[in-house]
Amino acid sequence: MSEFEPKVVAFFCNWCTYGAADLAGVSRLDYPPNFRVVRLPCTGRLNPKFIMEAFKRGADGVWVSGCHPGDCHYIAGNYHARRKFVLLHSLLETIGVEPNRLRFSWISSAEANKFQAMARDVIESVRACGPNLTFRKANLQLDLAEVA
Amino acid sequence: MASKNIVGAVLVAGGGVAGMQAALDLANAGYYVYMVEKSLAIGGRMAQLDKTFPTNDCSMCIISPKLVEVGRHINVELLTLTDILSIEGEEGDFTVTVRKNPRYIDMSKCIACGECTKKCPKKLNNEYNESLDTRKAIYVQYAQAVPLKYGIDAKECLFITKGKCGTCKKLCPADAINYEDKAEEVTFHVGSVVLAPGFTPFKPTEFDTLRYTDVKDVITALEFERYLGATGPTMGHVIRPSDHKDPKKLAFLQCVGSREVNRASNGYCSSVCCMYAIKEALIAKEHSGGALDVSIFYMDIRTFGKDFEKYYEKAKAAGIKFVRSRIHSIQPESGGGVKLNYVTDGGASTVELFDVAVLSHGLVITPETKELAKKLSLATDCYNFAQTSTFAPVALSRPGFYACGAFTGPKDIPSSVMEASAAAAAATSKLTPARGSLTKVVKVPTPVDVSGDPPRVGVFICHCGINIASVVDVAKVVEFAKTLPFVEYASNTMFACSQDSQEKLVALIKEYGLNRIVVSACSPRTHEPLFQETLAAAGLNKYLYEMANIRNHDSWVHAGHPEEATRKAMDMTEMAVAKAVLLSPLKENVIDVDPTALVIGGGVAGLNAALTLSSQGFKSVIVEKDSKVGGNANRIHSTTKGESVADYLSDLKTKVQNDPNIELVLSSQVDKVDGYVGNFTTTLTTGQAVKHGVTIIATGAKEHKPTEYLYGENRRVVTQLELDELLKADDQNVAKAETFVFVQCVGSREPERLYCSKVCCAHTAHVAVELKKNKPQARIFVLYRDIRTYAQKEDLYKQARDLGVIFIRYDLDSKPQFSEDNKKLTVKVKDPVSGHHLIIQPDYAVLAAAIVSGRENELAMKYKVPLDEDGWFFEAHQKLRPVDFATDGMFMAGLAHYPKPMDEVVAQAQAAAARAVTVLTQPKMTVGGIVAEINQARCSGCGVCKAVCPYSAIDLDDKGKAVVNEAMCKGCGNCASSCRSDAPSLRGFTNAGLFAQIATAL
Repeated sequence: MSEFEPKVVAFFCNWCTYGAADLAGVSRLDYPPNFRVVRLPCTGRLNPKFIMEAFKRGADGVWVSGCHPGDCHYIAGNYHARRKFVLLHSLLETIGVEPNRLRFSWISSAEANKFQAMARDVIESVRACGPNLTFRKANLQLDLAEVA
Repeated sequence: MASKNIVGAVLVAGGGVAGMQAALDLANAGYYVYMVEKSLAIGGRMAQLDKTFPTNDCSMCIISPKLVEVGRHINVELLTLTDILSIEGEEGDFTVTVRKNPRYIDMSKCIACGECTKKCPKKLNNEYNESLDTRKAIYVQYAQAVPLKYGIDAKECLFITKGKCGTCKKLCPADAINYEDKAEEVTFHVGSVVLAPGFTPFKPTEFDTLRYTDVKDVITALEFERYLGATGPTMGHVIRPSDHKDPKKLAFLQCVGSREVNRASNGYCSSVCCMYAIKEALIAKEHSGGALDVSIFYMDIRTFGKDFEKYYEKAKAAGIKFVRSRIHSIQPESGGGVKLNYVTDGGASTVELFDVAVLSHGLVITPETKELAKKLSLATDCYNFAQTSTFAPVALSRPGFYACGAFTGPKDIPSSVMEASAAAAAATSKLTPARGSLTKVVKVPTPVDVSGDPPRVGVFICHCGINIASVVDVAKVVEFAKTLPFVEYASNTMFACSQDSQEKLVALIKEYGLNRIVVSACSPRTHEPLFQETLAAAGLNKYLYEMANIRNHDSWVHAGHPEEATRKAMDMTEMAVAKAVLLSPLKENVIDVDPTALVIGGGVAGLNAALTLSSQGFKSVIVEKDSKVGGNANRIHSTTKGESVADYLSDLKTKVQNDPNIELVLSSQVDKVDGYVGNFTTTLTTGQAVKHGVTIIATGAKEHKPTEYLYGENRRVVTQLELDELLKADDQNVAKAETFVFVQCVGSREPERLYCSKVCCAHTAHVAVELKKNKPQARIFVLYRDIRTYAQKEDLYKQARDLGVIFIRYDLDSKPQFSEDNKKLTVKVKDPVSGHHLIIQPDYAVLAAAIVSGRENELAMKYKVPLDEDGWFFEAHQKLRPVDFATDGMFMAGLAHYPKPMDEVVAQAQAAAARAVTVLTQPKMTVGGIVAEINQARCSGCGVCKAVCPYSAIDLDDKGKAVVNEAMCKGCGNCASSCRSDAPSLRGFTNAGLFAQIATAL
């Protein structure tokens, strides 16, 4: 039996973490190929609905990463993101998503090594959660209800 | 209207990276540029490199956008295959006569299909690959060449030499071949001349003991670079030339043709070889999966630039061996490979076998450049480098002539780029009245209105040589892309960013009526503007574009998982297509630019930046926290060329004080910052509000306060700057002193400060020479780790030794020991040659204390610019944008960027000014189309968007509905993610587009 390979949707801000991922490439730092990146101008652009949409569509995990506190290209976007994030994180359990499936990090555009380590860590902790079936079941029931 | 005698055009001679940067800065500042290049194409030596240190960026990837920009710039006229015959006249109006040599190809007809080369019977050495493979007599210089047009080697073509053959003319589908092509003399006028003729690598042919000519497994570093290159003779596979097997052991021999006065007469250090050897060693080792055994034989490791020392440490950690020994001879082994005889540090004679010996050859001036300098009556030094002064580092001996790159001394790419920008500023300081008089205006076709049309997406998947294609199955991704909704066209491309691909893209947009473009290649952070420009040229709104980063985020990091990487590339392409389908054309806004600069810091860098701006007709405000200007230079006695710094500074101060374009605000700092490029408002601590269009940060650095060697405890122990101050004051104790000990690297190259302070070795050598000259009997000892007198500064090191200065090397684990007894200072150091401890009782011990950054965290935060971990301001790109910040309108100069000697400080200050001029010269500039908009029907006027907007760009109108000030909006999207009713939307990053990406990601 092949091991479960998690699917993770990542939201990176253009100026810091997306740059770190670019630099990780330049430095040829390998990490698991399990996530797909949505590039945002700033984590401040991140609407909590995006995270919910990813889980609803069956993502096993979501990773949000932006600039270090104080480094935001848009002054304070990452602080706004953090507020939304903390609130959403505390609500996840009530809707049946293990909090460990959602990660937040600060990685600057110069921190390729940190990026690599975090990428590995995110994938491993999501892997430990197992497949996200919550919404897949719900979707199925929804579909069945529509058919009926 | 231009004055009659001043011509608003500049000649740039040489199309390498320095010439290209100078040309772009000149053209973007309002001058028409004639770029003369003697070969078929621009790109120079950098186009031959596989990677660049210390970031290991792919050289072609970073130079390609610049090649394309020069090639397509409306105000740069490219004259390839052209020689300069004469330059007559004087600064302001020179008459230039050139000979355009025949290409035998009609450039307007050639489509660069390559059919012509197929049947050409000639096989000739391919210079691009250092003659490791062959080319035909009709050829293109390299695959990504600009202009991408073939040319005929007239000396070799059978038809031209003997009237036989003529096959290529029959094969050419475009009828572009013209054997009758003739040389043509052309004359034009320019106001000034920038020379960027570059260098040629030293040919080790005359060193018979190194056996380069007769032993196959002895190769040069540039040949090795070509073996490493994906476009090289072995497609990036390193081989042992004698039998094409994988080498197991590799030796690099440093200083071949450099620091060598016996056989080569090249006394100078070539400045770049230590770093390129480390780079080639690291990359070769990486190619081999780590198994390759690499030794670098050196005299001194000279990793003096920004992040170089860390690179050296990285190499050591990766297992690359560094052996301090100069190899005198190489012997071939019968079964291939070579035998090296060398003496180790400990004195043991050793014999070791290697598969390949790589000669790290230096940089030399070509005979043609030597001739040109003579013809133009330009002063050169004994090595044929152009003579310049510390305070005018890019000005040549004859007014109106300027230089950049290796012509003034061997140097790396960022230094060349800095000098190129500096030369652009210096070369136009007398041409200001003619700015804009000869430039043409770009005519972008009015974008076709595609709103309402069904999406027709074109998808281009880049091989990036082998960067992507060696991991990702590109053909599979193309086939997949063809199946995606709304995709009308999908194909692969070798280098999506090259000029020919750009031209093809324009043609395909028209042919297939494409109205959305997706490129799956590298990072949008580096390449999006280039592709967007191409869209504009094709009559498409440039925002109808999306990129998938299948190189940096995929092939480069998943090399071990080709299947997964291919799947990821398919997903990433699908995500990009899904978003592209939902993109709509965006309009851009025009804003006024305040033509004033704020210069932060009144040291040599800040003062020079302001004076350079003034010479270009722009005002600046200098804010200096101290009560006087001059910074660290106030403490320096003389430069390594012997010029008085005090005289220079007083002249500089007078010029600044008398300059009506410069306002000096002393004893003040930046308090508050508002605005953005073109429209900054900075409030100073004096309360003064400065409106400015650009900002130049030149806040300098400090001398480290040593915490060792009895500094601060014994009065005989002083720092380098303290000694300079004593010398400046004609101190009697120093004059009487008989014995000096200089200790290098005090606080530099230590674990907590892993960088070289760059200036100390040359300054110490200079001061030692001066002391010896004044008092030949003085005993002077220099305790060092590696002597780093790079470039022509090596002469100072030699002069010091010739005068009897004793240099003793020490290691980090056996530092000199200082003790005092009855105020008598004793220095004990182990001599690595004899193995004995030496006891010196100096009158002065001079510590080369590190240069440390000011760690300007607050300032960095106010302007939203980054610092690196050592506290130096972090440039937009270490190789190609060494004075720019990533943030528009922000520039840096001087020690705030990294330690450097005064000539480089002045050059960087001039460069920052030149880069600033490219902004200030536009009376109006266009700002981003990616801004927020409000759907007022959804707006309840709650004001959340206004509260979260960091730029105060949102207000409520008289109906109580939110409105966005597009000039102030920076496109962060905070409003769009915070509104309960989704009334604000961020153009280019709409909810619909992002939801589509999420859906296709899974």
